[in-house]
Amino acid sequence: MASSASGPPIVSLRGIGKTFGNGTVAIDGLDLDVRGGEFVSLLGPSGCGKSTALRILAGLSEPSRGHVAWRVSHAPRDVGFVFQEPTLMPWATVFANVFLPLKLAGEDRAAAAPRIEATLARVGLADFAQAYPRELSGGMRMRVSIARALVTQPRVLLMDEPFAALDEITRFKLNDDLLALWRELRMTVVFVTHSVFESVYLSERIVVMSPRPGRIASELAVDTPVRDTQFRTSADYAAVCRRASEALAIAMAGERTPA
Amino acid sequence: MNEHARRLVLPLAVLALAVLAWDLVVRVNGLPPYILPGPGLVLSTLVADWPILWSSLLTTLEITFAALMLAAAGGIGLALLFNQSRLIEHSLYPYAVILQVTPVVAIAPLLLIYLPQPAAVLTCAWIVAFFPVLANTTLGLNSVDHNLADLFRLYGASRWQVLWELKLPAALPYMLGGLKIAGGLALIGAVVAEIAAGSAGAGSGLAYRIAESGYRLNIPRMFAALLLLSVAGIAIFALLSWLTHLALRRWHESAVTREG
Ligand SMILES: Nc1ncnc2c1ncn2[C@@H]1O[C@H](COP(=O)(O)OP(=O)(O)OP(=O)(O)O)[C@@H](O)[C@H]1O
Ligand SMILES: [Mg+2]
Repeated sequence: MASSASGPPIVSLRGIGKTFGNGTVAIDGLDLDVRGGEFVSLLGPSGCGKSTALRILAGLSEPSRGHVAWRVSHAPRDVGFVFQEPTLMPWATVFANVFLPLKLAGEDRAAAAPRIEATLARVGLADFAQAYPRELSGGMRMRVSIARALVTQPRVLLMDEPFAALDEITRFKLNDDLLALWRELRMTVVFVTHSVFESVYLSERIVVMSPRPGRIASELAVDTPVRDTQFRTSADYAAVCRRASEALAIAMAGERTPA
Repeated sequence: MNEHARRLVLPLAVLALAVLAWDLVVRVNGLPPYILPGPGLVLSTLVADWPILWSSLLTTLEITFAALMLAAAGGIGLALLFNQSRLIEHSLYPYAVILQVTPVVAIAPLLLIYLPQPAAVLTCAWIVAFFPVLANTTLGLNSVDHNLADLFRLYGASRWQVLWELKLPAALPYMLGGLKIAGGLALIGAVVAEIAAGSAGAGSGLAYRIAESGYRLNIPRMFAALLLLSVAGIAIFALLSWLTHLALRRWHESAVTREG
Protein backbone atom coordinates (compact mmCIF):
# COMPACT_ATOMS: atom_id res chain seq x y z
CA MET A 1 0.00 0.00 0.00
CA ALA A 2 1.03 3.56 -0.61
CA SER A 3 1.88 4.27 3.00
CA SER A 4 5.47 3.19 2.42
CA ALA A 5 5.79 5.10 -0.84
CA SER A 6 6.62 8.50 0.71
CA GLY A 7 10.03 9.63 -0.42
CA PRO A 8 12.27 12.58 0.38
CA PRO A 9 10.77 16.04 0.90
CA ILE A 10 9.50 17.67 -2.28
CA VAL A 11 8.80 20.98 -0.62
CA SER A 12 9.95 22.46 2.67
CA LEU A 13 8.64 25.41 4.62
CA ARG A 14 11.23 26.95 6.90
CA GLY A 15 10.54 29.51 9.60
CA ILE A 16 7.47 30.72 7.78
CA GLY A 17 5.67 33.69 9.28
CA LYS A 18 2.77 35.69 7.95
CA THR A 19 1.64 39.01 9.34
CA PHE A 20 -1.35 40.58 7.62
CA GLY A 21 -1.71 44.27 6.92
CA ASN A 22 -4.03 44.69 9.90
CA GLY A 23 -1.35 43.37 12.24
CA THR A 24 -2.75 39.84 12.63
CA VAL A 25 0.07 37.36 13.00
CA ALA A 26 -1.58 34.41 11.28
CA ILE A 27 1.40 32.03 11.47
CA ASP A 28 4.86 32.26 12.91
CA GLY A 29 7.90 30.00 12.86
CA LEU A 30 6.19 27.26 10.88
CA ASP A 31 8.41 24.41 9.64
CA LEU A 32 6.98 21.69 7.46
CA ASP A 33 8.35 19.09 5.07
CA VAL A 34 6.03 17.50 2.58
CA ARG A 35 7.35 14.18 1.34
CA GLY A 36 6.85 12.91 -2.19
CA GLY A 37 3.81 10.66 -2.56
CA GLU A 38 2.48 11.07 0.96
CA PHE A 39 -0.99 12.00 2.09
CA VAL A 40 -0.53 14.56 4.82
CA SER A 41 -3.24 16.46 6.70
CA LEU A 42 -2.96 19.82 8.38
CA LEU A 43 -5.26 19.60 11.36
CA GLY A 44 -6.12 22.56 13.54
CA PRO A 45 -8.93 24.65 14.97
CA SER A 46 -10.61 27.37 12.96
CA GLY A 47 -8.44 30.43 12.49
CA CYS A 48 -5.13 28.71 13.30
CA GLY A 49 -3.64 29.57 9.93
CA LYS A 50 -4.15 26.37 7.92
CA SER A 51 -5.45 28.15 4.86
CA THR A 52 -2.72 30.75 5.13
CA ALA A 53 -0.06 28.03 5.25
CA LEU A 54 -1.57 26.24 2.27
CA ARG A 55 -1.79 29.44 0.25
CA ILE A 56 1.85 30.15 0.97
CA LEU A 57 2.71 26.62 -0.12
CA ALA A 58 0.79 27.19 -3.36
CA GLY A 59 2.49 30.52 -3.97
CA LEU A 60 -0.82 32.38 -3.72
CA SER A 61 0.45 34.38 -0.78
CA GLU A 62 3.94 35.64 0.05
CA PRO A 63 5.30 34.76 3.49
CA SER A 64 6.39 37.72 5.61
CA ARG A 65 9.27 35.69 7.01
CA GLY A 66 11.00 32.43 6.14
CA HIS A 67 11.11 30.68 2.80
CA VAL A 68 9.49 27.96 0.74
CA ALA A 69 11.87 25.56 -0.98
CA TRP A 70 10.54 23.35 -3.74
CA ARG A 71 12.77 20.41 -4.60
CA VAL A 72 10.75 19.36 -7.61
CA SER A 73 9.21 21.35 -10.44
CA HIS A 74 6.18 23.31 -9.33
CA ALA A 75 5.10 24.79 -12.64
CA PRO A 76 1.37 25.67 -12.82
CA ARG A 77 0.40 22.25 -14.10
CA ASP A 78 2.30 20.37 -11.40
CA VAL A 79 0.25 21.76 -8.53
CA GLY A 80 -3.51 21.40 -8.18
CA PHE A 81 -5.51 23.45 -5.69
CA VAL A 82 -8.99 22.68 -4.40
CA PHE A 83 -10.75 25.39 -2.44
CA GLN A 84 -13.26 24.98 0.35
CA GLU A 85 -15.98 26.09 -2.08
CA PRO A 86 -16.22 24.52 -5.53
CA THR A 87 -15.15 27.86 -7.06
CA LEU A 88 -16.47 27.09 -10.53
CA MET A 89 -17.20 29.56 -13.29
CA PRO A 90 -21.02 29.70 -13.29
CA TRP A 91 -21.12 30.82 -16.93
CA ALA A 92 -19.20 27.80 -18.17
CA THR A 93 -20.22 24.17 -18.56
CA VAL A 94 -18.63 21.42 -16.49
CA PHE A 95 -16.47 20.58 -19.50
CA ALA A 96 -15.30 24.16 -19.89
CA ASN A 97 -14.59 24.46 -16.18
CA VAL A 98 -12.38 21.39 -16.23
CA PHE A 99 -10.76 22.57 -19.46
CA LEU A 100 -9.74 25.87 -17.83
CA PRO A 101 -6.23 24.94 -16.60
CA LEU A 102 -5.38 23.47 -20.00
CA LYS A 103 -6.87 26.43 -21.84
CA LEU A 104 -4.84 28.86 -19.77
CA ALA A 105 -1.77 26.85 -20.73
CA GLY A 106 -2.67 27.39 -24.38
CA GLU A 107 -3.92 23.89 -25.16
CA ASP A 108 -6.34 23.17 -27.95
CA ARG A 109 -9.87 22.25 -26.90
CA ALA A 110 -10.25 19.35 -29.30
CA ALA A 111 -6.87 17.92 -28.41
CA ALA A 112 -7.64 18.17 -24.70
CA ALA A 113 -11.14 16.71 -24.94
CA PRO A 114 -10.20 13.04 -24.37
CA ARG A 115 -8.25 13.93 -21.21
CA ILE A 116 -11.09 16.07 -19.91
CA GLU A 117 -13.60 13.30 -20.53
CA ALA A 118 -11.34 10.77 -18.86
CA THR A 119 -10.93 13.03 -15.83
CA LEU A 120 -14.67 13.58 -15.61
CA ALA A 121 -15.24 9.84 -15.81
CA ARG A 122 -12.73 9.38 -13.00
CA VAL A 123 -14.79 11.56 -10.66
CA GLY A 124 -18.03 9.96 -11.86
CA LEU A 125 -19.32 12.88 -13.90
CA ALA A 126 -18.97 11.52 -17.43
CA ASP A 127 -22.60 12.29 -18.21
CA PHE A 128 -22.52 15.85 -16.96
CA ALA A 129 -19.94 17.45 -19.24
CA GLN A 130 -22.49 19.81 -20.77
CA ALA A 131 -24.27 20.71 -17.52
CA TYR A 132 -23.85 24.09 -15.88
CA PRO A 133 -22.67 24.27 -12.26
CA ARG A 134 -26.07 25.44 -11.04
CA GLU A 135 -27.59 22.25 -12.34
CA LEU A 136 -25.40 20.12 -10.06
CA SER A 137 -25.60 19.15 -6.42
CA GLY A 138 -23.02 20.42 -3.92
CA GLY A 139 -21.13 17.14 -3.96
CA MET A 140 -21.08 17.04 -7.76
CA ARG A 141 -19.75 20.60 -7.91
CA MET A 142 -16.97 19.62 -5.54
CA ARG A 143 -16.12 16.71 -7.81
CA VAL A 144 -15.93 19.07 -10.79
CA SER A 145 -13.56 21.17 -8.75
CA ILE A 146 -11.43 18.10 -8.04
CA ALA A 147 -11.53 17.08 -11.71
CA ARG A 148 -10.29 20.54 -12.64
CA ALA A 149 -7.40 20.16 -10.22
CA LEU A 150 -6.58 16.69 -11.58
CA VAL A 151 -6.81 17.43 -15.29
CA THR A 152 -3.23 18.67 -15.52
CA GLN A 153 -2.07 15.47 -13.78
CA PRO A 154 -0.41 17.38 -10.96
CA ARG A 155 2.21 15.84 -8.74
CA VAL A 156 0.95 17.75 -5.76
CA LEU A 157 -2.68 18.28 -4.81
CA LEU A 158 -3.39 20.98 -2.23
CA MET A 159 -6.85 20.82 -0.70
CA ASP A 160 -8.33 23.37 1.68
CA GLU A 161 -11.19 21.76 3.61
CA PRO A 162 -12.72 20.62 0.33
CA PHE A 163 -15.51 18.60 1.90
CA ALA A 164 -16.34 20.78 4.90
CA ALA A 165 -19.63 21.98 3.46
CA LEU A 166 -20.93 18.55 2.50
CA ASP A 167 -23.15 16.11 4.31
CA GLU A 168 -21.56 13.09 5.95
CA ILE A 169 -22.66 10.52 3.38
CA THR A 170 -21.30 12.54 0.48
CA ARG A 171 -18.16 13.32 2.44
CA PHE A 172 -17.46 9.64 3.13
CA LYS A 173 -18.00 8.84 -0.53
CA LEU A 174 -15.66 11.61 -1.68
CA ASN A 175 -13.11 10.58 0.97
CA ASP A 176 -12.99 7.11 -0.59
CA ASP A 177 -12.87 8.53 -4.11
CA LEU A 178 -9.99 10.76 -3.12
CA LEU A 179 -8.04 7.88 -1.56
CA ALA A 180 -8.57 5.80 -4.69
CA LEU A 181 -7.32 8.66 -6.87
CA TRP A 182 -4.33 9.20 -4.65
CA ARG A 183 -3.31 5.55 -4.89
CA GLU A 184 -3.94 5.37 -8.59
CA LEU A 185 -2.21 8.60 -9.57
CA ARG A 186 0.60 8.48 -6.98
CA MET A 187 0.24 12.14 -6.11
CA THR A 188 1.30 13.99 -3.02
CA VAL A 189 -1.74 15.32 -1.19
CA VAL A 190 -1.70 18.10 1.40
CA PHE A 191 -5.14 18.12 2.95
CA VAL A 192 -6.34 20.87 5.28
CA THR A 193 -9.13 19.97 7.67
CA HIS A 194 -10.45 20.70 11.11
CA SER A 195 -12.03 17.29 11.40
CA VAL A 196 -10.05 14.80 13.47
CA PHE A 197 -12.02 11.90 12.00
CA GLU A 198 -11.47 12.94 8.43
CA SER A 199 -7.76 13.48 8.91
CA VAL A 200 -7.30 10.08 10.55
CA TYR A 201 -9.32 8.32 7.88
CA LEU A 202 -7.45 9.89 4.99
CA SER A 203 -3.89 10.60 5.90
CA GLU A 204 -0.66 8.77 6.56
CA ARG A 205 0.59 11.68 8.58
CA ILE A 206 -1.29 14.29 10.56
CA VAL A 207 0.34 17.60 11.32
CA VAL A 208 -1.42 19.28 14.22
CA MET A 209 -1.34 23.07 14.27
CA SER A 210 -1.79 25.34 17.26
CA PRO A 211 -3.36 28.77 16.94
CA ARG A 212 -2.31 32.39 17.49
CA PRO A 213 0.13 32.43 15.98
CA GLY A 214 -0.22 29.30 13.87
CA ARG A 215 2.61 26.81 14.13
CA ILE A 216 3.18 23.06 14.13
CA ALA A 217 2.37 21.62 17.55
CA SER A 218 2.84 17.91 16.94
CA GLU A 219 2.81 15.14 14.41
CA LEU A 220 1.07 11.81 14.26
CA ALA A 221 1.57 8.85 11.93
CA VAL A 222 -1.37 6.72 10.89
CA ASP A 223 -0.02 3.34 9.79
CA THR A 224 -2.99 1.59 8.34
CA PRO A 225 -2.73 -0.18 5.04
CA VAL A 226 -6.46 -0.49 4.32
CA ARG A 227 -8.91 2.37 4.64
CA ASP A 228 -12.50 1.41 4.08
CA THR A 229 -15.83 1.25 5.88
CA GLN A 230 -14.44 -1.41 8.15
CA PHE A 231 -11.52 0.77 9.14
CA ARG A 232 -13.94 3.57 9.94
CA THR A 233 -15.63 1.41 12.55
CA SER A 234 -12.54 -0.37 13.85
CA ALA A 235 -11.05 -0.02 17.31
CA ASP A 236 -7.81 0.92 15.61
CA TYR A 237 -9.42 3.93 14.00
CA ALA A 238 -11.03 4.98 17.27
CA ALA A 239 -7.70 4.74 19.03
CA VAL A 240 -5.90 6.93 16.50
CA CYS A 241 -8.76 9.41 16.60
CA ARG A 242 -8.44 9.60 20.36
CA ARG A 243 -4.70 10.26 20.08
CA ALA A 244 -5.29 12.93 17.43
CA SER A 245 -7.97 14.59 19.56
CA GLU A 246 -5.61 14.66 22.51
CA ALA A 247 -2.85 16.16 20.38
CA LEU A 248 -5.31 18.78 19.19
CA ALA A 249 -6.46 19.53 22.74
CA ILE A 250 -2.86 19.98 23.85
CA ALA A 251 -2.18 22.24 20.88
CA MET A 252 -5.18 24.38 21.73
CA ALA A 253 -4.40 24.46 25.44
CA GLY A 254 -0.88 25.67 24.61
CA GLU A 255 -2.48 28.79 23.25
CA ARG A 256 -4.27 29.65 26.48
CA THR A 257 -1.18 29.41 28.68
CA PRO A 258 0.57 32.79 28.50
CA ALA A 259 4.17 32.37 27.38
CA MET B 1 -56.18 32.23 -14.54
CA ASN B 2 -52.50 31.34 -14.43
CA GLU B 3 -49.70 33.66 -13.41
CA HIS B 4 -48.69 34.43 -17.00
CA ALA B 5 -52.16 35.38 -18.18
CA ARG B 6 -52.77 37.46 -15.08
CA ARG B 7 -49.62 39.49 -15.65
CA LEU B 8 -50.88 40.33 -19.12
CA VAL B 9 -54.58 40.79 -18.45
CA LEU B 10 -54.37 42.92 -15.30
CA PRO B 11 -52.35 45.80 -16.77
CA LEU B 12 -54.52 45.72 -19.90
CA ALA B 13 -57.64 45.97 -17.77
CA VAL B 14 -56.16 48.98 -15.97
CA LEU B 15 -55.39 50.55 -19.34
CA ALA B 16 -58.93 49.97 -20.60
CA LEU B 17 -60.38 51.52 -17.45
CA ALA B 18 -58.09 54.55 -17.69
CA VAL B 19 -58.96 55.14 -21.34
CA LEU B 20 -62.64 54.80 -20.54
CA ALA B 21 -62.36 57.32 -17.69
CA TRP B 22 -60.40 59.70 -19.91
CA ASP B 23 -63.09 59.46 -22.58
CA LEU B 24 -65.84 60.04 -20.02
CA VAL B 25 -64.11 63.10 -18.56
CA VAL B 26 -63.79 64.63 -22.03
CA ARG B 27 -67.40 63.86 -23.04
CA VAL B 28 -69.14 64.78 -19.79
CA ASN B 29 -67.34 68.10 -19.49
CA GLY B 30 -67.48 68.77 -23.18
CA LEU B 31 -63.78 69.62 -23.23
CA PRO B 32 -62.50 71.12 -26.47
CA PRO B 33 -59.61 69.26 -28.19
CA TYR B 34 -57.12 72.09 -27.48
CA ILE B 35 -57.61 71.54 -23.75
CA LEU B 36 -57.84 67.77 -23.70
CA PRO B 37 -58.53 65.62 -26.75
CA GLY B 38 -60.37 62.36 -26.22
CA PRO B 39 -58.70 59.00 -26.82
CA GLY B 40 -60.63 58.55 -30.06
CA LEU B 41 -59.31 61.81 -31.49
CA VAL B 42 -55.75 60.99 -30.44
CA LEU B 43 -56.03 57.67 -32.22
CA SER B 44 -57.46 59.15 -35.39
CA THR B 45 -54.73 61.81 -35.34
CA LEU B 46 -52.18 59.08 -34.99
CA VAL B 47 -53.56 57.45 -38.12
CA ALA B 48 -54.01 60.69 -40.07
CA ASP B 49 -50.54 62.05 -39.21
CA TRP B 50 -48.87 58.67 -39.48
CA PRO B 51 -46.43 59.58 -42.31
CA ILE B 52 -45.03 62.53 -40.35
CA LEU B 53 -45.07 60.76 -36.99
CA TRP B 54 -43.54 57.58 -38.40
CA SER B 55 -40.58 59.39 -39.94
CA SER B 56 -40.15 61.30 -36.66
CA LEU B 57 -40.24 58.05 -34.72
CA LEU B 58 -37.56 56.60 -36.99
CA THR B 59 -35.38 59.67 -36.43
CA THR B 60 -35.76 59.42 -32.66
CA LEU B 61 -35.07 55.69 -32.65
CA GLU B 62 -32.03 56.16 -34.87
CA ILE B 63 -30.55 58.70 -32.47
CA THR B 64 -31.46 56.61 -29.43
CA PHE B 65 -29.83 53.46 -30.79
CA ALA B 66 -26.77 55.31 -32.00
CA ALA B 67 -26.44 56.87 -28.54
CA LEU B 68 -26.98 53.50 -26.89
CA MET B 69 -24.29 51.85 -29.01
CA LEU B 70 -21.86 54.67 -28.28
CA ALA B 71 -22.80 54.56 -24.59
CA ALA B 72 -22.16 50.81 -24.52
CA ALA B 73 -18.83 51.21 -26.30
CA GLY B 74 -17.83 54.21 -24.18
CA GLY B 75 -19.07 52.82 -20.88
CA ILE B 76 -17.59 49.35 -21.30
CA GLY B 77 -14.40 50.72 -22.86
CA LEU B 78 -13.86 53.19 -20.03
CA ALA B 79 -14.66 50.56 -17.40
CA LEU B 80 -12.05 48.24 -18.93
CA LEU B 81 -9.52 51.04 -19.06
CA PHE B 82 -10.22 51.95 -15.42
CA ASN B 83 -9.93 48.32 -14.44
CA GLN B 84 -6.53 47.98 -16.07
CA SER B 85 -5.08 51.20 -14.72
CA ARG B 86 -5.76 52.72 -11.31
CA LEU B 87 -3.97 55.87 -12.44
CA ILE B 88 -6.43 56.47 -15.27
CA GLU B 89 -9.38 55.53 -13.08
CA HIS B 90 -8.47 57.99 -10.35
CA SER B 91 -7.77 60.73 -12.90
CA LEU B 92 -10.96 60.39 -14.94
CA TYR B 93 -13.68 58.84 -12.78
CA PRO B 94 -14.64 62.09 -11.01
CA TYR B 95 -15.32 63.69 -14.39
CA ALA B 96 -17.55 60.83 -15.43
CA VAL B 97 -19.52 61.43 -12.23
CA ILE B 98 -19.69 65.19 -12.84
CA LEU B 99 -20.97 64.58 -16.36
CA GLN B 100 -23.63 62.35 -14.88
CA VAL B 101 -24.82 64.54 -12.01
CA THR B 102 -25.04 67.75 -14.05
CA PRO B 103 -28.64 67.84 -15.31
CA VAL B 104 -28.65 67.19 -19.02
CA VAL B 105 -31.45 69.75 -19.50
CA ALA B 106 -28.92 72.36 -18.47
CA ILE B 107 -26.18 71.08 -20.75
CA ALA B 108 -28.36 70.70 -23.85
CA PRO B 109 -28.68 74.42 -24.73
CA LEU B 110 -24.91 74.81 -24.52
CA LEU B 111 -24.30 71.80 -26.74
CA LEU B 112 -26.77 73.22 -29.23
CA ILE B 113 -24.66 76.36 -29.49
CA TYR B 114 -21.42 74.55 -30.16
CA LEU B 115 -22.56 71.56 -32.18
CA PRO B 116 -24.83 71.06 -35.18
CA GLN B 117 -28.20 69.89 -33.92
CA PRO B 118 -28.00 66.15 -34.76
CA ALA B 119 -24.59 65.92 -33.09
CA ALA B 120 -25.83 67.87 -30.07
CA VAL B 121 -28.82 65.59 -29.63
CA LEU B 122 -26.66 62.51 -29.98
CA THR B 123 -24.16 63.87 -27.47
CA CYS B 124 -26.91 64.61 -24.97
CA ALA B 125 -28.33 61.13 -25.28
CA TRP B 126 -24.86 59.67 -24.91
CA ILE B 127 -24.03 61.70 -21.80
CA VAL B 128 -27.02 60.40 -19.86
CA ALA B 129 -26.75 56.85 -21.18
CA PHE B 130 -23.08 56.01 -20.76
CA PHE B 131 -22.78 56.40 -17.01
CA PRO B 132 -24.95 53.46 -15.90
CA VAL B 133 -23.00 51.25 -18.30
CA LEU B 134 -19.71 52.53 -16.89
CA ALA B 135 -20.77 52.26 -13.25
CA ASN B 136 -22.31 48.80 -13.61
CA THR B 137 -19.49 47.36 -15.68
CA THR B 138 -16.95 48.71 -13.18
CA LEU B 139 -18.88 47.06 -10.37
CA GLY B 140 -19.03 43.81 -12.33
CA LEU B 141 -15.34 43.78 -13.13
CA ASN B 142 -14.59 44.26 -9.44
CA SER B 143 -17.02 41.56 -8.33
CA VAL B 144 -14.94 38.63 -9.50
CA ASP B 145 -14.81 35.73 -7.03
CA HIS B 146 -11.46 36.05 -5.23
CA ASN B 147 -10.85 32.32 -5.25
CA LEU B 148 -11.46 32.16 -8.98
CA ALA B 149 -9.01 35.00 -9.43
CA ASP B 150 -6.49 33.05 -7.32
CA LEU B 151 -7.08 29.99 -9.45
CA PHE B 152 -6.30 31.95 -12.61
CA ARG B 153 -3.13 33.22 -10.95
CA LEU B 154 -2.17 29.70 -9.92
CA TYR B 155 -2.44 28.51 -13.49
CA GLY B 156 -0.32 31.37 -14.76
CA ALA B 157 -3.09 33.20 -16.65
CA SER B 158 -1.98 36.28 -18.56
CA ARG B 159 -3.57 39.67 -17.94
CA TRP B 160 -5.49 39.25 -21.16
CA GLN B 161 -6.77 35.80 -20.18
CA VAL B 162 -7.91 37.08 -16.80
CA LEU B 163 -9.79 39.87 -18.53
CA TRP B 164 -11.32 37.79 -21.28
CA GLU B 165 -11.98 34.50 -19.52
CA LEU B 166 -12.79 35.73 -16.04
CA LYS B 167 -13.56 39.40 -15.58
CA LEU B 168 -15.71 39.99 -18.64
CA PRO B 169 -17.99 36.96 -18.15
CA ALA B 170 -18.30 37.80 -14.45
CA ALA B 171 -19.20 41.38 -15.35
CA LEU B 172 -21.68 40.46 -18.08
CA PRO B 173 -24.85 40.42 -15.92
CA TYR B 174 -23.93 43.81 -14.44
CA MET B 175 -23.09 45.18 -17.87
CA LEU B 176 -26.45 44.09 -19.28
CA GLY B 177 -28.22 45.62 -16.28
CA GLY B 178 -26.45 48.89 -17.05
CA LEU B 179 -27.47 48.69 -20.69
CA LYS B 180 -31.09 48.16 -19.75
CA ILE B 181 -31.06 51.41 -17.77
CA ALA B 182 -29.07 53.14 -20.50
CA GLY B 183 -31.68 52.26 -23.16
CA GLY B 184 -34.37 54.27 -21.39
CA LEU B 185 -31.96 57.07 -20.57
CA ALA B 186 -30.75 57.38 -24.17
CA LEU B 187 -34.33 58.00 -25.25
CA ILE B 188 -34.77 60.58 -22.50
CA GLY B 189 -31.52 62.28 -23.47
CA ALA B 190 -32.54 62.47 -27.12
CA VAL B 191 -35.94 63.91 -26.20
CA VAL B 192 -34.50 66.47 -23.79
CA ALA B 193 -32.05 67.75 -26.40
CA GLU B 194 -34.73 68.08 -29.05
CA ILE B 195 -37.08 69.85 -26.68
CA ALA B 196 -34.24 72.21 -25.76
CA ALA B 197 -33.69 72.90 -29.44
CA GLY B 198 -37.43 73.61 -29.58
CA SER B 199 -39.23 74.72 -32.72
CA ALA B 200 -36.19 76.74 -33.64
CA GLY B 201 -34.35 73.49 -34.24
CA ALA B 202 -34.17 71.81 -37.57
CA GLY B 203 -34.75 68.41 -36.08
CA SER B 204 -37.52 66.09 -37.02
CA GLY B 205 -37.65 63.64 -34.12
CA LEU B 206 -40.75 62.93 -32.04
CA ALA B 207 -39.78 65.41 -29.35
CA TYR B 208 -39.48 68.08 -31.99
CA ARG B 209 -42.98 67.17 -33.18
CA ILE B 210 -44.26 67.56 -29.64
CA ALA B 211 -42.64 70.97 -29.24
CA GLU B 212 -43.85 72.09 -32.65
CA SER B 213 -47.41 70.85 -32.05
CA GLY B 214 -47.38 72.63 -28.71
CA TYR B 215 -46.64 75.95 -30.36
CA ARG B 216 -49.40 75.33 -32.85
CA LEU B 217 -51.84 74.20 -30.17
CA ASN B 218 -52.20 70.92 -32.04
CA ILE B 219 -52.82 69.05 -28.80
CA PRO B 220 -54.10 65.79 -30.33
CA ARG B 221 -50.85 65.42 -32.26
CA MET B 222 -48.89 66.11 -29.06
CA PHE B 223 -50.69 63.21 -27.43
CA ALA B 224 -50.17 60.98 -30.45
CA ALA B 225 -46.43 61.71 -30.48
CA LEU B 226 -46.24 61.17 -26.72
CA LEU B 227 -47.97 57.83 -27.14
CA LEU B 228 -45.41 56.79 -29.75
CA LEU B 229 -42.56 57.87 -27.43
CA SER B 230 -43.90 55.66 -24.65
CA VAL B 231 -44.29 52.74 -27.01
CA ALA B 232 -40.72 53.27 -28.24
CA GLY B 233 -39.44 53.32 -24.65
CA ILE B 234 -41.29 50.12 -23.81
CA ALA B 235 -40.01 48.45 -26.99
CA ILE B 236 -36.41 49.37 -26.19
CA PHE B 237 -36.75 48.05 -22.65
CA ALA B 238 -38.34 44.83 -23.89
CA LEU B 239 -35.63 44.33 -26.49
CA LEU B 240 -32.83 44.78 -23.97
CA SER B 241 -34.58 42.54 -21.44
CA TRP B 242 -34.86 39.87 -24.09
CA LEU B 243 -31.17 40.18 -25.01
CA THR B 244 -30.27 39.93 -21.33
CA HIS B 245 -32.38 36.84 -20.97
CA LEU B 246 -30.77 35.22 -24.01
CA ALA B 247 -27.28 35.91 -22.72
CA LEU B 248 -27.85 34.76 -19.14
CA ARG B 249 -30.58 32.15 -19.27
CA ARG B 250 -28.24 29.18 -18.95
CA TRP B 251 -26.32 30.22 -15.90
CA HIS B 252 -27.23 33.41 -14.08
CA GLU B 253 -29.55 33.37 -11.10
CA SER B 254 -31.48 36.35 -12.43
CA ALA B 255 -32.47 34.56 -15.61
CA VAL B 256 -33.00 30.95 -14.67
CA THR B 257 -36.36 29.73 -13.54
CA ARG B 258 -36.09 27.36 -10.63
CA GLU B 259 -37.97 24.16 -10.93
CA GLY B 260 -39.68 22.39 -8.11
N1 LIG C 1 -6.54 38.51 4.30
C1 LIG C 1 -6.45 38.54 5.64
N2 LIG C 1 -6.30 39.71 6.27
C2 LIG C 1 -6.18 39.75 7.62
N3 LIG C 1 -6.20 38.68 8.42
C3 LIG C 1 -6.35 37.49 7.85
C4 LIG C 1 -6.48 37.34 6.42
N4 LIG C 1 -6.62 36.03 6.15
C5 LIG C 1 -6.57 35.39 7.32
N5 LIG C 1 -6.41 36.25 8.36
C6 LIG C 1 -6.27 35.90 9.78
O1 LIG C 1 -5.28 34.92 9.89
C7 LIG C 1 -5.67 33.93 10.80
C8 LIG C 1 -5.58 32.57 10.15
O2 LIG C 1 -6.52 32.52 9.09
P1 LIG C 1 -6.69 31.23 8.18
O3 LIG C 1 -7.71 31.56 7.16
O4 LIG C 1 -5.38 30.77 7.70
O5 LIG C 1 -7.29 30.18 9.24
P2 LIG C 1 -7.75 28.70 9.03
O6 LIG C 1 -6.95 27.86 9.92
O7 LIG C 1 -7.75 28.35 7.59
O8 LIG C 1 -9.24 28.74 9.58
P3 LIG C 1 -10.55 27.98 9.07
O9 LIG C 1 -10.46 26.58 9.54
O10 LIG C 1 -11.66 28.71 9.75
O11 LIG C 1 -10.59 28.11 7.58
C9 LIG C 1 -7.05 34.28 11.30
O12 LIG C 1 -6.93 34.84 12.56
C10 LIG C 1 -7.54 35.30 10.31
O13 LIG C 1 -8.31 36.27 10.98
MG1 LIG D 1 -9.31 28.02 6.15
